[in-house]
Amino acid sequence: MSAAVRTQLLRDSAPAGREQPVVGASVPTPDRNGLAVSIRGLEKHYGERQVLRGLSLDIARGSFVAIVGRSGCGKSTLLRIVAGLEQADGGRLEIGAASACPACEDRPEVRLMFQDARLLPWKSVIDNVRLGLPRSALPAARDALRDVGLEDREKDWPAALSGGQRQRVALARALVHRPQLLLLDEPLGALDALTRIEMHALIERLWREHGFTALLVTHDVQEAVALADRVVVIEEGAIGLDQALGLARPRARGSQEFAALENRVLTRVLQQHGVDPGAPATAAEQVDALRLEGVRWVI
Amino acid sequence: MSASRLPYQSWRRLGANALPWLLPLLILGAWEYAARSGLLSTRVLPEPWAVVKAAWHLVQTGEMWANLKVSAGRAFAGLAIGGGLGLLLGLLTGLFVPAQVALDTTLQMLRNIPPLAMIPLVILWFGIDEGAKLFLVALGVFFPLYLNTFHGIRTVDRNLIEMARSYGLSGWRLYRDVILPGALPSILVGLRFSLGLMWVLLIVAETISSSSGIGYMTMNAREFLQTDVVLVGILLYALLGKIADVAAKGLERVCLRWHPSYQ
Repeated sequence: MSAAVRTQLLRDSAPAGREQPVVGASVPTPDRNGLAVSIRGLEKHYGERQVLRGLSLDIARGSFVAIVGRSGCGKSTLLRIVAGLEQADGGRLEIGAASACPACEDRPEVRLMFQDARLLPWKSVIDNVRLGLPRSALPAARDALRDVGLEDREKDWPAALSGGQRQRVALARALVHRPQLLLLDEPLGALDALTRIEMHALIERLWREHGFTALLVTHDVQEAVALADRVVVIEEGAIGLDQALGLARPRARGSQEFAALENRVLTRVLQQHGVDPGAPATAAEQVDALRLEGVRWVI
Repeated sequence: MSASRLPYQSWRRLGANALPWLLPLLILGAWEYAARSGLLSTRVLPEPWAVVKAAWHLVQTGEMWANLKVSAGRAFAGLAIGGGLGLLLGLLTGLFVPAQVALDTTLQMLRNIPPLAMIPLVILWFGIDEGAKLFLVALGVFFPLYLNTFHGIRTVDRNLIEMARSYGLSGWRLYRDVILPGALPSILVGLRFSLGLMWVLLIVAETISSSSGIGYMTMNAREFLQTDVVLVGILLYALLGKIADVAAKGLERVCLRWHPSYQ
């Protein structure tokens, strides 16, 4: 851990962050209703290809964890396993107190936001938001839509919305269910830079207000550093770097600490498939030399 | 300047709207002239005005309405039977893999038989009464609906289904809210193909033999060299085809109003 991060953590004086070996705990707020996630030795392979190799990760209640890695490193697979869309081949996954099994009746409220909004084009915005819910959920759906600032579009077809608006509807659809754990699978990957920054602010606000645990998979290091309490780099199916971010919120993207952390994570990601694996330090120096303020990194 | 340009532009717009109709009107005029001057024998083509008069006469005697009703009844009964079966089997093979394994290969083989090639067999099986006509129409409209329903269901976005499942939709609700609406554009394309084929097959079936319907009316008129009535029959088929197509388009506009191409 770099000196900058350590001092930041001390200044924030996050108690959980210092006591536990898992450094990425959030600053707890009173109304947190998030779920803790515990992953132990997770294994997954598709045929011959091993995607996850004994991956272990603990996520504190109500924290915001970002998972970064190159394409094909297994980060999306991890998320899909946590979401219950895929089964692990080995290891243990615990969400909340109970072990997560699809047959369990009182499954913890876990919601997944996909890279594409996946709205049903033949249902109006409001009907998309209250998908799978009874008619009585209409007011809750309206509230969720207001939460993402689209209350005046409830009767529109999804085709009439922009990409960012569609993702906001998808976010509202997840929020109606009062998720305790929100999984975000590169939800902003297809959006333009300005819309992304707006979405960052929106997601951060909703996370603070609703108090869910957030697990974000992204290939955008800046996005990870802007949003998360903790950035986890996955390399070839296992954790390569576990970096706590003690940055105060709201985060100033131009600040030195922000840039230093972004640099550290990015260097690690680049190093793995780097041009010169024998000399990772050189690669780091090269990146350092670029003066990262204002530079946007998308791996 | 703008004052002088405006009339010019509106003239141009009028010209652009009228121009496509110029040629048909010219042909109609030439036809009328040729028929009246005796250049064109009424055995070949009656004068257009005679066609109008024959149509009016048929309306007045009630013949037109009676025959129209019979023909449309046959067409839509055939569509209901064949199209309904096609839709049903398409849903079955699209939704259930065992059904697809058991049925699809057979149906794909049968699809390659032109329905009209079945006429001799159909006459042997059903004789020449209503059953034969219904069978031919039903056979023809079956395959477009079957194929497009099957294809539509198979090409519903897997990601949407995954999303819907993750939001707790399953069974009937998953079909109603996701799979069927997703397959609907393709099913409606199948319906429009079927409607086109429906009239073709009906015309053939009615021409072979019948004692009522537009086909009977035209074939009867042919016996008496009433070319004007024959022409009325042909125009009626065209009109029915057009009405069916407009109805199908309207159905698409209502059912697919969410679709970007209908907004």
